[in-house]
Parts: sequence; structure tokens; C-alpha cells
Amino acid sequence: MSDSPKAFDQTQPRPAPATPLNPRRRGVVVGASGGIGAALSRKLAREGFTLALVDRNKNALQSLCDEINKSAGETRALIYEHDVTKYDSVADTAQRVIADLGGLDTFVYIAGVIYFPAMDEFNFAEDHKMVEVNLLGAMAWMSVVAPLFQSAKGGQIVGVSSVAGDRGRIGNPGYNASKAGLTNYLEGLRNRLTRHGVNVLTVKPGMVKTDMLKLPGAPKPMLALEPQQVADLIWDGMKQRKQTIYVAGIWKWVMLVIRHIPSAIFRRLSF
Amino acid sequence: MDITKNFTQLENFGHSLSAPAYLIQPKTAEEIYEIFQFAKKKGLTVTARGAGRSYNDAALTGGGIVLDMRGMNAITSWDKSTGLITAQSGATLEQLWQQVEPDGWWPPVVSGTMKTTLGGCLSANIHGKNNFKMGTIGEHVVEFTAVLPTGAEVTCSPKKNADLFYSMISGFGMLGIFTSVTMQMKRIYSGLISVDALPIGNLHEHLTALQDGAPNTDYIVGWLDTMNGGASLGRGQIHAAHYLHEGDDPDPAGTMKLENQILPPYIFGVFPKSILYMFMRPFVNNVGWWAVNMAKYVASQRKHTFRQSHAAFHFLLDYVPNWELSVGRGGLIQYQSFLPKETAEDAWREMLNISLKRRMPSYLGVTKRHRPDKFLLTHAVDGFSLAMDFKVTDKNRANLSRMLHEFDRIVLQAGGRFYFAKNSETTAATAQAFYGDETIAKFKKLKKRCDPNGLLESDLYRRIFG
Repeated sequence: MSDSPKAFDQTQPRPAPATPLNPRRRGVVVGASGGIGAALSRKLAREGFTLALVDRNKNALQSLCDEINKSAGETRALIYEHDVTKYDSVADTAQRVIADLGGLDTFVYIAGVIYFPAMDEFNFAEDHKMVEVNLLGAMAWMSVVAPLFQSAKGGQIVGVSSVAGDRGRIGNPGYNASKAGLTNYLEGLRNRLTRHGVNVLTVKPGMVKTDMLKLPGAPKPMLALEPQQVADLIWDGMKQRKQTIYVAGIWKWVMLVIRHIPSAIFRRLSF
Repeated sequence: MDITKNFTQLENFGHSLSAPAYLIQPKTAEEIYEIFQFAKKKGLTVTARGAGRSYNDAALTGGGIVLDMRGMNAITSWDKSTGLITAQSGATLEQLWQQVEPDGWWPPVVSGTMKTTLGGCLSANIHGKNNFKMGTIGEHVVEFTAVLPTGAEVTCSPKKNADLFYSMISGFGMLGIFTSVTMQMKRIYSGLISVDALPIGNLHEHLTALQDGAPNTDYIVGWLDTMNGGASLGRGQIHAAHYLHEGDDPDPAGTMKLENQILPPYIFGVFPKSILYMFMRPFVNNVGWWAVNMAKYVASQRKHTFRQSHAAFHFLLDYVPNWELSVGRGGLIQYQSFLPKETAEDAWREMLNISLKRRMPSYLGVTKRHRPDKFLLTHAVDGFSLAMDFKVTDKNRANLSRMLHEFDRIVLQAGGRFYFAKNSETTAATAQAFYGDETIAKFKKLKKRCDPNGLLESDLYRRIFG
């Protein structure tokens, strides 16, 4: 019955609304086209979510979206081309996305960039970009989503930070700072929102076999997981409404040790 | 207009479905039109919500704007000499009967709950236990006014704008927003109603009793023991009720007083009914509910006649407040099918047997007698309806969904219909099958005329009309 009038010009087919016996949850994944983002989007779609895939890279989004909808046999993903550093466009994009999805239950922020400076290099342009994408973009989106969830008294916010946010290290102070900021922001958000029935999950991946690790200057993979494994672990954490998870779990213990290295020693180490 | 703070998690009546939306309470027709203009600018959908008593997605539009019509709930005129009442669309049946009953009148058609609003009642074109005699609520509407998304304010009656009258009533709120409704009330001569209770042994007896009993009574309703199979499948109890005639009640002024109608908030005078649902929880499972149905059946064996107040007879769903919470986290859905009198027995026998065999019995079955009506998206047939309540759990969702879609096929094959206030899983294909292409084309033509930008869109509309 596609000749019914529509509230707005819609180029994408609309997903079916939830019913009591098919309670499709509605999720937004910001940074959906990359490694963990794409893997988690596939996972959530398989779990029955209706998804808005948001990213800068339209071609990658389109092929991911086609793949998800084809394997589901129905419209389960919609795409939105969006640059997270265009902060002024976030509110309108969010409202559009929520209207198209027919509500919102879960918000996931995975967008992130990394540059690997040389040991004696200080590159403000790259640091600036990392803070913009990794931290300010997340704050821009969550500033829109958090009050909605607070008002609706429910919902789940998933922020993908990093083990790199746990300490400032010799190798990449800018990236560490952007992720430390995100971890800290998510914690504050959690303390604000838990009392309103909203779950805030901080995900701290260690190394993941994505394109990030193929960049020049990237460290050698250690305890590295496939994006698919990371997505499965994030989904487990989401289901259990956890507060913070390390993926893989072993990083919880590694970082426990690293967080407790006294500065007197830490500043003399070469990692 | 910043509507962030209006973002609200809204549910259906059975608490089995939720969708967040921007909830706005308009006070005037002008405000409704302003919201339409805002929605158009923002590309948001709009849906009216009354009391939120639909079992499905009729009053939800996830991510869009929901108009909370309870802000427009005044009774604007009441003439106790003619029985004509005019109220804003957010007024409830509760307000209505409490206004007219002390003067010797009663709403001619009411639902099983008094919490519903007039706008909601007209949108779904509700029926009561007297559908076979008095038809749907729309048949007693003298006139209504509505705001269309185009900004036009229309007044409709069976004579004036008749096409809109017969399509907006039953149109589940997708053509315009009701603002005011004028209805004709029915004269009564007592606050009491006389009820005959009759035990029923099986499905054939059940439908025969409904069909044969209806012509001689004002109301008829059956309870069907959905948890019992075999030779006595379809057993239960029929309640047939008739108004008292002038002179039957020695003290009509006394029995029509509100304090003699209002449902008591306590059981045995001390136990608050508001917390009763918590104590029901442990029994809402296959074993517990079988015992409840069994006990009800045993208690129903005595054929007897009694008098009770109108409110107590009609509003059974309000007797235990929040009873729908007793089913627990997954909530509750209702599956109601309307079948022609010739095919009902075989179809329901098959459906009841399937539900028992798969161990997904309905916990409550209610039957009624119906007649067809002239409204465009009518659910009525010359036959019967069977409403079945199902508890939803994380475990039974997939199987229950499969079973209900099988039921849909059985009902369609038997020439049956469904109702927009109840079923939550009806697909677009099923709706198309029972309405027929001509009806749907007619409705869509009206939709284009009243709502050219497609602003009015509930989740139900998305489900049925895509």
C-alpha cells in the first residue's frame, strides 16, 4: 500500500513497527560503518533490532545496510550520512532518526579516530581531530539523547571508549585524553541517568583487528580480538545492563595492574 | 517549540508494548492545528490518544507526536428532557454516565471499561454487550466536530458530511481529530438491571444460547472456559440482562443515585482493591488460571436471576483496578475474532483445540452476539465474537505469534473480521483480505482528502496500511 500519503519525503522503506509478540527494539549506531560498528550493527540486527546506521561514509553504510536487510528478509536498517563533528546538525538528525525508527531504546556511540604520533612528535591538528570525533561528537549526540531517555524514564546508552583512556601514556597522549574524557563523561552521565531508569554502558576494548591497527605507526597486535568477538561481548554486556566492560575480559586485570603502577615508575617506562 | 521534555514512554493497555513519543496535551482545536503545522515542518507523525485503553498500537506513534486528548474533556451541554448530551472528545464514559444516570438516562452503548474517552470510542467504533440490538456507539452519535490535518474544522452527522461521518467513526483516528461529540442517551427507569445467569455445557449450546437469547433481552454476554477441552469444550455461563420497566423498581430515584452505582474501592469493606492485582500474580499461569476457570465454572452451575447496578454490570474490567498488571512483565494481549453465525462454531472449535494442544490456552474467553453496521471500517458481522486474553512472556512470544497467525487464517477462511481496539498482530495482508480492496481504496481516498501530507499516523496505521 505504498501509495498512502506520507508525513515526509521518504526515500528509504520504513521498518515495521513493534508489536507485543515481535517487540523490535530500536537502536542508533553512530559510527556504524567501521570495524566494531559494523560488527555490532550486524549483531543487533540479528537480535531483532531495527537500526539507524549513522556514519560519514555513505558507500560503506549502504552496503552494510543492504547486507543486513537482505539477510533479515525485511527492512531492519536505515542509513544516515552524518559527520559527528557537525555538532549543529545532531539535534535534527536525532529527531529524524527517532521518528523513522518509531522510537528509541538503545543509543550506541562507536565513532572514533586514532593517529599514531612518533615518540617525539606533538601534532595538535591530529589531537584536535581525535578529541572532536572521539569525545565532542559523543557529547553532542548524548546531549540530545540523554534528556529524551531521562524524560522517557528508560533506555540504554552504550559508549565505546578504550583501555587507552585508563592512563595517559608516553605513546599517544592525545588519544588517551580523548578516551579518558569519554570514559569520564559516560560515568557522569551514568550517575545522572541511572536514577531515571537509564542504563549507561562504558565499553573499553583493548586491541581489535580493525583498520586502526593497519595504520602507519600502529603497535603490534596483543590480545587482539576480531570485531565480531567484540560485538558479541558488547551485546552480552548490554543484555545484562552492565556499567563498564573490558573486551576482552582479560584487559580488566591487565588494566587493574597498569592503573596501579605508581607514576615514579610509570614515567620511566617506554610504553 | 522545544518538545524534548515531552518525550514519554507510552504503553498499550495490556503493558505488552511501549513506544516513546512526544506527548502534548492540547486544550483547543486551534492548538491541535498548530501542532499539525509544527509536525509538518519537522516531518513528525501525529496520533491522538484518549485513555490509552486499546490493547494494541492504536494510540501509539513511536518517535512522533501523541496528542493527549484528556485535556479537552468538558461536558458542554446536557438536556435531561431530551437525553441529548454534548461533550469534548476527551471526556470519558465515566463522566458521561455519571452525568446522565441520576436524571434517568444511560449511554446506549458502553465498553467493558468506563475509562475510555469518547474520541477513542468513536475511533474504534466500540460496541457493548447489546451490539445485536443497539449496534455500535456510532449509531447513537447525532453529530460530531473534528479538526482535519488541513486545518479544516468539520461538523458531521448522518445527513451532513455523511461520508466523513461513516468513515471517521471506525477510522481509528487517521482522518482527523474529534473535538466534540453529541449523543442521544437512553431512558432508564431504575438504577438496577435484571440479570439472568445460565450455565452452558458446550460450544454448540453456548452459541445457541447467545443467538436464541438475544432477541428476548437487552444485553447478552458469555464467559467461555477457554482452558477446558473435550466434549465440554466451550462450556461457560451466559449473562442476559434487561432494563427494568417503569414501575418495576419501587425507588428509582434511590437506585439511580451515584453512591449506589459507584464501584466500591474495598472488598469486604476493608481490603483495598487497588492492590488486589498483586495478590493475583501468583495465579496467572496455566495451572493457577485453570483452577480459577474451574472454580468459576463450578460456581456458575446454578441458574439464577439477580439485580445489580448498571455500573457493576457493564464495567467488569474496572472491578479490580490495574488487573492487567497481574499478568507480569510481558503484559497481556487480546485476540478477538468476529465470525458469521454459520461458521463460528467450527472455527472456534478448531482454534480452541489448537490453543489447548499447544499449551497456550487463553486465560479468559468472552463471547457476544453482533449485527452488521454501516461504518466504513466496520468489524461487525451477523454472528458472534470471541475475545481471548493471552499472557505474553519472553518464552512464548514466537509460538504465540505463530498460533495467532494460524488463527487469522482460520478466521479469514470462515469469513470473519477483526477489531482495531484489540488485536495487535493483524497484518496488512489480513486486513486487506477481510476489508476487501474496494473498502480500502475508499478509505485511502478519504485519507488523501483529509490528510494530504499523511501527518496522522499511528503505529497501528503503519502496521495495517504500511
